[in-house]
Amino acid sequence: MAKSIDVSDLNIYYGDFLAVEDVTIPIAAKSVTAFIGPSGCGKSTFLRSLNRMHEVIRGARVEGKVLIDGQDLYGSDMDPVNVRRMIGMVFQRPNPFPTMSIYDNVLAGQKLNSKRMKKAESDDIVERSLRSAGLWAEVKDRLDRPGSGLSGGQQQRLCIARAISVEPEVLLMDEPCSALDPISTSVIEDLIHELKTQYTIVIVTHNMQQAARVSDETAFFNLSGVGKPGRLIEVGRTETIFSNPQDPATEAYIQGRFG
Amino acid sequence: MTTTLSSRNRDSGPVDIHEELYGAQLPSWAAKAVIGAGVLIGLALYLLGVNLVLAALVVFVVSLALPAWSVAVEGRRKATDRLVTVLVTSSFVLAMFPLVSILYTVISNGARVLSAEFFTYSMRNVVGEGGGIYHATIGTLLITGGAAVISIPIGLFAAIYLVEYADGNRLSRWIRFLVDVMTGIPSIVAGLFAYALFVLFFGEGVRLGVGGSVALAVLMIPVVVRSTEEMLKLVPNELREASYALGVPKWRTVAKVVLPTALAGIVTGITLAVARVIGETAPLLIIAGMTDSVNFNLFDGRMATLPVFTYSSVRSPGIPPEFSIDRAWGAALTLLVIVMLLNLVARLVSYFFSPKGER
Repeated sequence: MAKSIDVSDLNIYYGDFLAVEDVTIPIAAKSVTAFIGPSGCGKSTFLRSLNRMHEVIRGARVEGKVLIDGQDLYGSDMDPVNVRRMIGMVFQRPNPFPTMSIYDNVLAGQKLNSKRMKKAESDDIVERSLRSAGLWAEVKDRLDRPGSGLSGGQQQRLCIARAISVEPEVLLMDEPCSALDPISTSVIEDLIHELKTQYTIVIVTHNMQQAARVSDETAFFNLSGVGKPGRLIEVGRTETIFSNPQDPATEAYIQGRFG
Repeated sequence: MTTTLSSRNRDSGPVDIHEELYGAQLPSWAAKAVIGAGVLIGLALYLLGVNLVLAALVVFVVSLALPAWSVAVEGRRKATDRLVTVLVTSSFVLAMFPLVSILYTVISNGARVLSAEFFTYSMRNVVGEGGGIYHATIGTLLITGGAAVISIPIGLFAAIYLVEYADGNRLSRWIRFLVDVMTGIPSIVAGLFAYALFVLFFGEGVRLGVGGSVALAVLMIPVVVRSTEEMLKLVPNELREASYALGVPKWRTVAKVVLPTALAGIVTGITLAVARVIGETAPLLIIAGMTDSVNFNLFDGRMATLPVFTYSSVRSPGIPPEFSIDRAWGAALTLLVIVMLLNLVARLVSYFFSPKGER
């Protein structure tokens, strides 16, 4: 199922403001790609453009090509709703639906789209998704309780379970651990390792150790100054980027000299 | 800073730590004693025949002794605190006066009229004693219900448009402006509007229950739009994004994520809007008119309502007038109880429908 993504010459705008300039990057199927870089360099903006969540913001638009298995995401006849069904997303802050139980939160993708399912089938999806998200053991006795009653780390894993229950091809994660404690973070990192076997994962992180731990490929974004667009500086195997970066800016960032 | 502090300490010798921390304070019973004394004096004056307003004023003046005492013992800062506390509390008490006074008058005059007959009889062929407000209660419930049926969909959809679809465009700014203007429309103007509207179809002198519904709906819509808009704005954007990211179309996101999350607030707002228009008299006087008989049909003929019933019972009580005026008090009390029940319902709804969990 997992699919590869090919981005070429992508420019991303907020109104007239060019936020990210000229990104060309291949993302392999069934791998973890990490985006690192200082704040404001456009990592999250770029990530959101990969499933057309970017255009939810007013005035935001994109130029260039994003191909998923050869299909252009920004083709004129492509429906953003279908794109988002195929490319799931986990956000920085856990955002379970407060009106729904844990069970309904996992099934939100199906329920909100009014998909009819037999009880056994939906039970099965809930269990499978929660097991994949490593949350089953903790919540299996209280599936009917509200999702917002869980701890922050549990809520984030609930959001991951919700994202994978619709069986997307690609999973985008926007700093999924930045609001979590080290233990929840390590649980989610282990989870990323397991999910990698089935999904293509793209993760934005501020934590370089995390990028080094979880990713196969790393892309470094930077911006040359305030008000200038963010650019992709360097992309490559994670070991290479961290041990032997080509660009001096990458080296400086990784060694903690700025950012 | 540190040097000046330590030098002061050195100069003044060993510091009395207790004095330093606690300072000079009024005894803890000071506030109670001063206010209590004020109330006692006021009560004594009232019993001696001074009028109520003057006695209340005396209580207020005596309470001002508290900040005066405080400035002498405790210094400026605490005295200011006590002064403001006295002012704020007196304002609250002042604001409670009309409310308590209305409740007391209406209950004491209206309660003795209430009986099974009062609620189940209309005024048809009643002269003098007896009769009831059955026809007016039915009219009020039907007309207000009609107003709700007209205004809730319009108000709700307008608010959804403003928050979810308008993106702050020119049309939305105009709608907002006009809604604000509508909030200030005098109710008599709404009544004349409804009358003029129905005259177009039915000719001069038309009296229809549904006309009253239209007039009340004109008054209700801006309240519903505004309160719903505020509630929808409170729904975190993250929830909308979470829904979009699951491949849910926008209209389903609005219908199944945004509205349920804001439901409690929306229902509360609507209930309060209903409570606000249920007591309107002027527009109903014009368009719904008055009658002594029960009328269940909004689309046919005059309909009595509680506010208009109260008005006309006092305006033309007949001879002898006591019975009619008693019925007016009873109707006023009934209206008051209905409004209180609506407020209670609003509270229960917001309690039971708010999203559970964190809160």
